[in-house]
Amino acid sequence: MSALRPVPLRIDLSALVRRSVATLYSHLVTRPTGQALRVGIESQICELGAPCLSVLDFSQVVVLDYSCADEAIAKLLARFQRDDRPAEAYFVARGVGSRHRETIEAVLARYGLALVAELDDVGFTLLGGLSPLERSAWCALDAVEAAVASEVAERLGQKQDAIDQALARLLAQRVAVQADASRRYYALTSLLRAG
Amino acid sequence: MKLIPVPASLEERSFDQMVQPLDGGAEERALLDARRVRWVDPYGMLGLLAVGTVAGADRERPLLQLPESPDVLSYLTRMGFFEQAAGIFELHGGAKRTADAPSDVLLEITPIRSHGDVHDVVDRVNERALAILTRQLGYPLQEAFQFSVILSELCQNIVEHADAPGWVATQTYNWARRLGRKVAVIAVMDLGIGFKRSLASMHAARFGDRWSDATALEAALIHGLTRFHDPGRGQGIQQIRKLVGRWGGKLSIRSGTARIADVPSWDDAPPLEQQLPPFPGAQIGIVLPARTQPAAAPAGGAGARSAGGQKDGSSPRRRR
Repeated sequence: MSALRPVPLRIDLSALVRRSVATLYSHLVTRPTGQALRVGIESQICELGAPCLSVLDFSQVVVLDYSCADEAIAKLLARFQRDDRPAEAYFVARGVGSRHRETIEAVLARYGLALVAELDDVGFTLLGGLSPLERSAWCALDAVEAAVASEVAERLGQKQDAIDQALARLLAQRVAVQADASRRYYALTSLLRAG
Repeated sequence: MKLIPVPASLEERSFDQMVQPLDGGAEERALLDARRVRWVDPYGMLGLLAVGTVAGADRERPLLQLPESPDVLSYLTRMGFFEQAAGIFELHGGAKRTADAPSDVLLEITPIRSHGDVHDVVDRVNERALAILTRQLGYPLQEAFQFSVILSELCQNIVEHADAPGWVATQTYNWARRLGRKVAVIAVMDLGIGFKRSLASMHAARFGDRWSDATALEAALIHGLTRFHDPGRGQGIQQIRKLVGRWGGKLSIRSGTARIADVPSWDDAPPLEQQLPPFPGAQIGIVLPARTQPAAAPAGGAGARSAGGQKDGSSPRRRR
């Protein structure tokens, strides 16, 4: 974990809307609202000047439409997956209720993205387009806090090559991180608990 | 004076009767005769405003002879029809225009000109919609929240694609004879450039001679195409289609000379109509029936006939 020192950053989406858009909106709808949210979140992250784990809190969000979710969630995650991302940030969603989940899943699927989310009735899980093995690998990491690839393979009874690929995909999707020195993998939830 | 009779039952099914006399573009002033109107829904009301706007374009404001039925007048008042109609028509008749019943309106006729109007619609309708959909129509709470999402996406289509303002309205009814259930009806209309022109710059070349109002509607509804390169665009209408299908509802979009629809088993409308009387913009109608049993999971709904033919919309078929 030498290269990545997580700085917990809690982002209250409804508060950001109030700050980024002139009118006070309790519902996250329309593309301009989503764009304003994305810009506000990016600004907060860039101002930190350090790698961070950003918590997107949906607990006060009543209505979330597809256009706003596309701008505020999917485009945000896609931007921070690119090599030219503006900062080193990882994202976790909290307070995701059943009224948000379908919308979030739909916009993630459109781009082939994944997101760690704490669902009201389930706890932490992965949303988005990952294979069953990738999900299993992530769940194994989530359960043990940290592990090297061989430990994950052994735990899941899978071949090392398949697990290597699955973990590489989790890193690319930025739902897990790997420490440079120990080569151990961490689910983002481990970083959240540590913070 | 050009006479345009307004059908006694003013709804989506009868809208084309009102549009037909406009075909030909006569220069004379129009008179819309609504005296015999006995029933009207949000689609019919918005349709009347839209027809009046087109009939009055570049000429004297059309006359609207108001319905004689006190019930219809009262309902039009509760839906806010007269506020919108005042700038479109010269109104005649209908002496009593007071709402003599408590308002049970889900969303009054609301102009949509900007994203701010979309926020206003969601702010106003969300709590009412949750109450009505859960208590009267039997929708689970988490699904009732999606009603506001549908409205938001439909209204944003006007702002982002029509290049002209529009209206939205929604109301619940008891369709005792037609369906044996309560329904929620949503209507969204604009008089903008329509689907064919909106999509033309990005997609018309691929279709060649086949490019038409119908192919444009198929491209948008079935394949999720839009005029933007952005891959995130176009999912609003796709998700609306999925939700309406899951709830056993009907979704129809009329634009130009065509109408495309996802038709549930309880309705007998054709999935695709062409060579309709031309009309500008887009007219969208959604009917969501009350739940009689838990919702089916697949998009398209059990027994639904899609304009795309297959549930995945891969094989379009046409009527007419």
